Formats: sequence, structure tokens, C-alpha cells
Amino acid sequence: MEQILNTIVRSGVELTKEDFVSDQMVKWCPGCGAYSILAAVANVFPKIGYKKENFMFVSGIGCSSRFPYYVNTYGFHGIHGRALPVATGMKVSNPKLSVWVATGDGDSMAIGGNHFIHSIRRNIDLNIILFNNQIYALTKGQYSPTSPMGAVTKTSPYGTIEHPFNAGELVIGAQGTFFARVPDNNIKLMTDVLFEAARHDGTSIVEVLQNCVIYNDKTHAQITSKDTKDDNQVIIRNGEPLIFGVNKDKGIRLNNTRLEVVKIGENGITESDILVHDQYQQDPGIQLMLAKMYPPNFPVAMGVIRSAMYPTYDDMVEDQISYAKANSKIKTVNDLLNSGDTFEV
Amino acid sequence: MSELKNVVELEDVVIKFVGDSGDGMQLSGTLFADTAAQDGNDLTTFPDYPAEVRAPQNTIAGVSGFQVHFGSKKILTFGDICDTIVALNPASLRANLKWAKKDTIIITDSEAYDIPALEKSGYKSNPLSDGSLKNYNVVSAPFTTLIKECVKDMNIDNKTTLKSRNMFALGVAFKIYGKNLEHTFKYLEKQFSKRPEVVELNKKVVKAGFDFAATNPQIKCTYKINKANMPKGRYRNISGNVATAWGLLAASEKSERPLYLGSYPITPATEILIELAKNKSLGAKVVQCEDEIAGICSSIGASYAGSLACTTTSGPGLSLKTEALGLAVIMELPLVVVDVQRGGPSTGLPTKSEQSDLFQVLFGRNGECPLIVIAAESSSDCFYSAYEAAKLSMEHMTPAVLLTDGSLGNGSELFKIPDTKDLPKITPLMAKANDTTFKPYKRNEKTLARLWAIPGTEGLRHRIGGLEKENITGNVSMDPINHETMVNLRAEKVQRVANYIAPQEVFGEPEGDLLVVSWGGTKGVIRNSVIEMQNEGKKVSHAHFKHIMPLPKNTSEIFSKFKKIIVCELNSGQFVAYLRMTLPQFKFEQANKVQSLPFMIDELKEKYNKILNKK
Repeated sequence: MEQILNTIVRSGVELTKEDFVSDQMVKWCPGCGAYSILAAVANVFPKIGYKKENFMFVSGIGCSSRFPYYVNTYGFHGIHGRALPVATGMKVSNPKLSVWVATGDGDSMAIGGNHFIHSIRRNIDLNIILFNNQIYALTKGQYSPTSPMGAVTKTSPYGTIEHPFNAGELVIGAQGTFFARVPDNNIKLMTDVLFEAARHDGTSIVEVLQNCVIYNDKTHAQITSKDTKDDNQVIIRNGEPLIFGVNKDKGIRLNNTRLEVVKIGENGITESDILVHDQYQQDPGIQLMLAKMYPPNFPVAMGVIRSAMYPTYDDMVEDQISYAKANSKIKTVNDLLNSGDTFEV
Repeated sequence: MSELKNVVELEDVVIKFVGDSGDGMQLSGTLFADTAAQDGNDLTTFPDYPAEVRAPQNTIAGVSGFQVHFGSKKILTFGDICDTIVALNPASLRANLKWAKKDTIIITDSEAYDIPALEKSGYKSNPLSDGSLKNYNVVSAPFTTLIKECVKDMNIDNKTTLKSRNMFALGVAFKIYGKNLEHTFKYLEKQFSKRPEVVELNKKVVKAGFDFAATNPQIKCTYKINKANMPKGRYRNISGNVATAWGLLAASEKSERPLYLGSYPITPATEILIELAKNKSLGAKVVQCEDEIAGICSSIGASYAGSLACTTTSGPGLSLKTEALGLAVIMELPLVVVDVQRGGPSTGLPTKSEQSDLFQVLFGRNGECPLIVIAAESSSDCFYSAYEAAKLSMEHMTPAVLLTDGSLGNGSELFKIPDTKDLPKITPLMAKANDTTFKPYKRNEKTLARLWAIPGTEGLRHRIGGLEKENITGNVSMDPINHETMVNLRAEKVQRVANYIAPQEVFGEPEGDLLVVSWGGTKGVIRNSVIEMQNEGKKVSHAHFKHIMPLPKNTSEIFSKFKKIIVCELNSGQFVAYLRMTLPQFKFEQANKVQSLPFMIDELKEKYNKILNKK
């Protein structure tokens, strides 16, 4: 962890999970996927190691957005869709904070869609946890921008007729520098991924495929349930081949310009034919293809899909200010008031 | 060669430069104003330009203007009826003749009156030859021919030559009003330092206009406007939008809270964003956001994180910010929202001024949602009003809206440069590290303001949001009695700001037959109308309000001393409705105008006299 370079002050003492437990009663439904996110955050914050006062949790509206009340950091529960601009103002004005955002699929990609793409485009150093349960749960069951085409909900009794967003595709399309995806039932992977998100300088989006037990139960089951997950998920790690399946015998191969699923040992395919994941690649072409993989033809990619280095907005703000301070004659407001054309009476 | 002309002294002059958008009338006007300022005249200016960037040439829609009112007396308004109109084409002349009186000087380019230009501007015949301008003092000349003559030694193309017609006209105006060319020359040298041929061309042309005016027989005399009697000190010309930006910077420096601006470009407020983006050396952080909502929300985030946070907009943008403004109220965070009002509703009249956002800022939010409202009263006062809005917002932990308007924002006037050490202190109450008694909603007994607890501070971690909060702890609470307590506390906190603002002043006798009440950007013209009434021996006084919410504590005492009260505003009666609601014991008359034009003194006086004569 010593290699992490940033301006955020680290804790002088070792922190534990207990340092981040809030005194508020957690009011999510029993069995909600959000609990595992809370557990992963409690795991990872002590590991990240910043002074506990330097963590800031921001949210909008929705089930996800109650998150700040349940973790003992500075917390800000704002209004629907606007967590990202609030977080932007915090990080730009005070870059010594580690700013985290809890948001949902509706909060970030419907009402807050504009802020989502623009925050990503600016590459502000924010860590965004996107709780994707493919439903509006707090308002009790209306379809969201990620609900699959045809989903029957209270507001789509005949099935939705909208094409859903794929969060990864949207992030990369908005020139995102970090995108990761995890299922809500793999706390270990989520903890690792959140750590990488914290380490990344720039906007990090961690999409959690989250179950809503009440309004959209088992929405991700095909991908996440015990008996189907091995064939429908590929856990991706930088520098490692994309191998999956119950018997670890399936892999993703790049065939000309397209990805394909191949079986190792069949048709002369060996492990060396399998695509090796490069999360740091600047060109997002293959990462985009990975982000879009979906059953039945492909497994869903889990882990850090993209983590490209690019200057952050907040760093560039500081650079411009330092440059201006060093080079401008105007050091005080009195200098400004007396600059340019003035005359004495 | 110079012909000696009589010099006539004048107390004040209104001159308006008009032409096509792109003719450079804003520059001519600005240079004229700056020259008058350097010469010691008091002044105000007002740019009057269309909403479009370049409407079709030679049409009324494309007319752009810049008005300067300068004089040896205190100048309170940018004036209405013009002493001189400099018109570079027939459309601009036709659009502005309504501001001319008998003998108004009309300086115009006779070569611009060709048949297509006359047709596009709606003239059936050439006004320069059909006698329709006989009541005016027309100074017409073939500008282009004269310019070509004076630059014939230079290798200048026709297009560039045509572009300098504004400088020729400016030269004529300078001569007529006894100004010299020194400031203009300096400006040109500085502005075009890398293009010496442009400097030389423009210098020659402005000088040619000046010399033309010196000898041309159409100009019967020239005028002299003495220095204004202003308090000693250093002055500058300043627009309301720049003054607003600087007031915010001053408040940031004084409070030692870094300045953050989240904003989205909107006419006529954009110049504040531009001005703050320039001043990075003072540490101002400016984010041009993706929309108005992000502008205010990022400011709220910055405020929570410890900055003096501001967002700047105009009416339609404020509508978009409404929900977030409620968030700032319930979070009890400081936030300065600047609304440079324009004509509405909806997109309305983007480049025209109005006072019609008052209801929106007072009442336009869900729930019981009071906040501080201050209205700037002149372009230079925008500096002090912005400063005060920031001070009150930070010291009382509640958002403050500063209302200015398009006329104040784009208009300019002389500003006596203050020293920041003389500005009042700003001392927000900050929560201290490891304060074991800290509770997010524990309040100061006097102001009811909660403490500002900045993330990163040890021992103060807390979580707050837009859900109703329990008093003191700040925890989420849906308790009915607690909700009412919080509603009352938020209202009382804003009302108590009245203990920290200056008492309302009355101009004139403290009692009389009629009290004229106004607010915001109309101060100058209403003050002049009251002065005229007083000079006619009438018992009329003036109370101009800068503090709208809360009202100054002595308001009702002032009102009680007058037989009649009239409230004048550029809307259908918003402040008067607010006063009727707040102080129902008084009877208020009203004078309103919703033409996106300023009041005229005569129409006001007619109204006053009617009310005075009513039994």
C-alpha cells in the first residue's frame, strides 16, 4: 500500500472495520444486496488507510443513497440524481478528501445521466459505487434505465419497450478511465475492486450487480447464482488469461476483431490462445467488448475492466491555480481593485 | 484650418452609440465612457444589444447600442432621452429616434443610406434628404470616403477600412464634447500591440473624425462638461457583473474561506463566471458545469467542504436550481446565489432587464423554505451587495440570494475603489477539531446558526442530508413536532438576520405626504424623480430597499410616518404584494412597468401627483 501516491493524509494508526461503523439503524430490507456493499466498504476503508476524517460519502436519492448514514465518515445525502455534482464540488474545492459516491441505476443514469457522463468525461478523482438492481426500488417497483427490454414492472405492465443502458458501455463511451463490475455476492472480489478504485486517480465506477429481494428478486440470478455463475461469469485480472467455466476450460479469444468463447483442448486451442487482460491499455477497444459481454453467448466480465492513466480534473485545477499564483501580479483583492484603468480624484 | 467654435458648458449629457451588431458600437461606447471617466466626469453606461449574435445586417433586429450618461453632477441613471445619437446605419437611426428630442445631435454616415439598407430598415425614403430629420441637428458625412482619404498611404483593404467607421464616429463625438484622444490611443497601443498597422489605422481614423468635427460647419458649437465633484480617492469604471465577482472575491479573502463558483453560462449573468475564471491567482476555483443544476449542486458540495460557494445565473437558470436551493436551506449551509434578472417568463427577453424574479426567490421552492434576499441598487453597489450576501450567508449558515439585473450587470458606473481592510469582518462560526460537544444542528443562541464542520477535521464526522433532521443531532427524523420546530427555527434564523443589517434609510424628510418605495436596480431614476418632486416643494421622500428578506426592523416605523406610500417596480407588483403580506396594516399604492425598459422620470412624477391629488 506504500506505493499509493496522493495528497490525502493517511492515518497514523491502524484502522479497523469498527472505525467506520455508524450508530444509525440500517433500514434496508433483509437480504438486500446493499448489505454486502456495506461490508466490502467496511473491509476496504481501513486497508486504504487514509485518516478516517478524510473519507467523504455522498449520495443522491434511492435505496442505495441511504448508504452515507450507515458508514461512519463525513456523509452527505443529497437530492435525486445530483450526488455527482455535489461530490465534484467537494473534491474540487477540497482535493485532500477521498470522495465516495453511492448511487443507483436510476439516480445515476436516468435523472442524473447528464452529471454521470460529464463527471466521467472530466475525470475528477471520485469513487462511484453504482448499485445496479435494474429497478426503482424506493418508489416501489418501476422500470429503470437498466431494466432489460421487455421487463414487466408496475409502470411497464406490457413489458418495457426501451433499450437498457450497459453501464460499462456508457462509462467507456463517456471517456471513462476506470470501470469495474462485481456481483453483490462476492464480497472478496468487491473488496479488491474497491481498493483498486481508490488507488485509481480519476473517476472510478464500480458497478455492483445488486439484487432487490422485494421488487426485482433474482434479476441477476442467471449470472450470480451458485449453480450458473461459473459458466456465466469470467473473473478478470490484469495480466491473466480470460478463463472461466466450472472446469476452468473455457476462455475468451480475440478472433480478428471480435471476441469469441473457445474451449481449451478443443480444435487445437491452448491456453496461449486465450486473451490476456490488460486493464491499463489506453485504447478502450477490447475493454469495451469485455464490458458488453452478456449471456447466453458470453460470460459477464467481473473485476477491473479498465483502469487507464489520465490526468485528473482536480489536479489540473490545482496546477492552473499554482501557475496563476506564481505568474500573476494580482496577489490580493486590493491588487485586483487597483488593476487596469483607474484614476485619482 | 481649425474653425473656432463656441464652447457651451453642460451639466450632463446622454450619448448613445448605435449601429449593426459587429459595427463595434460597444467598443466606441466603452472608449467614450472611459475617456469621460479619466476626464473626471461622473457617469453610468448601458449596453443595449440584441439577443442574437449577428442578426441580418442593416435590420432593426440587428441594432446594437451603448449609452453613456456623463456629467459634472452625480449621475444616477444611464438616462433616457439622448443629447447625441451616433448611428452608423439607417436601421439603428430608425430604431433609436424615439430617444431623440428637438435638436438632438445625430452623427451618421451618409454613405450607409443606400437603397438596400434603407429598405431593410423600413425607410421608404432617405431620411437624410426627405426632411424628416429637420428638428434634429444632423451631422452627416461620407465616413468611408473620408476614411479612405486619410489612410490612402497605408495598404489597407476595403473591409478593414469599413470596420473602422466606429472610430471615425467616436472621433467626431470626442471633438463635440471636448474630449481628447489620449486614452483611446493608449488603449489601441495596448490592445493591438502585436499588430502595429491596426494601431496606426485606428489612430488615424479617430483623429480624422476629430479633425472633421473641428472644421465641419454642421457642428455649430462644442461642449464642455466640467469635472464632477466627487469625494477624493481612486476611481475606476466598473460593470455590475464585474463588481459582483470582485465582491465575492473580497468576501473570500476577508473570511479566509476559499472561493468556489459552480456555474453555467446564461445571459446576462455570464460575465461573472468569466471574471472569476480569470482570477485564479486569488485561488478562485471555477467549474463551468454541465447544467444549472450541477452549478448549484457542486456549489453546495463545495460549501459543505468549507468553501465560500457561489452560483450565478438568471431567471430560467434559477428555476432549474430551485430544488437544490431547498437542499441548501435544510442542510443549513452557506451559499450565495446571484440572479441577474432578465425579462421572463421562460426564455423571455434574455438581453432586457426586469425585476420579475422576486416572487421566485422569495417563494419558489417546495416546503417552508425561507432564505436571505438582498438586491443590489447600482452597478458599483453590486460589489458591496455581493460582499454582504456572502457575509450574511456564512455567518448565519443559510443561503442568500443576491438579485441584480441585466441593466446593473452589464451597465457600468464609477466606483470609488475601497481598501479591503475597511470592509466589515466576516467571521463564520467554525466547529473545532475534537469538540466533544459538537452536534451538527446545535445552534448559536443569538443567530440560531449551526456550526460549520469541515470534512477532514478530526473528531467531527457526521452525516446530514435533505431529509428532515432532528433538532440538535441532525439525525433523520420524521417526528411531527420536531418537523414544526425545525420549520420555525429555519424561519426564525432568517428573521434574526434583521439584527445584523443596517436600518432602512429615508431620503428626504422622515415624514410627509408620500413615501416612494423601490428596490434593486431602479434606485437612480426613482431618486431623481423624488428630487424633482422635492424641488417642486412637495413632501415626498424615498425609501430604497436593499434588504428584502428579512426587511429592516424599522420598516414599519418608517411607513407609519407617511400619509401615502407608493411602491414602484419593474414588474406587475411583486414587492408591493410582499409588503402587503408582511405589513398588512399599511395601504400601498403601486407603479409598475413591464416593458423591459427603465422607468422615465416624467411617468413616475405623473403617478405621484395623481396619488397626492387623490382625496
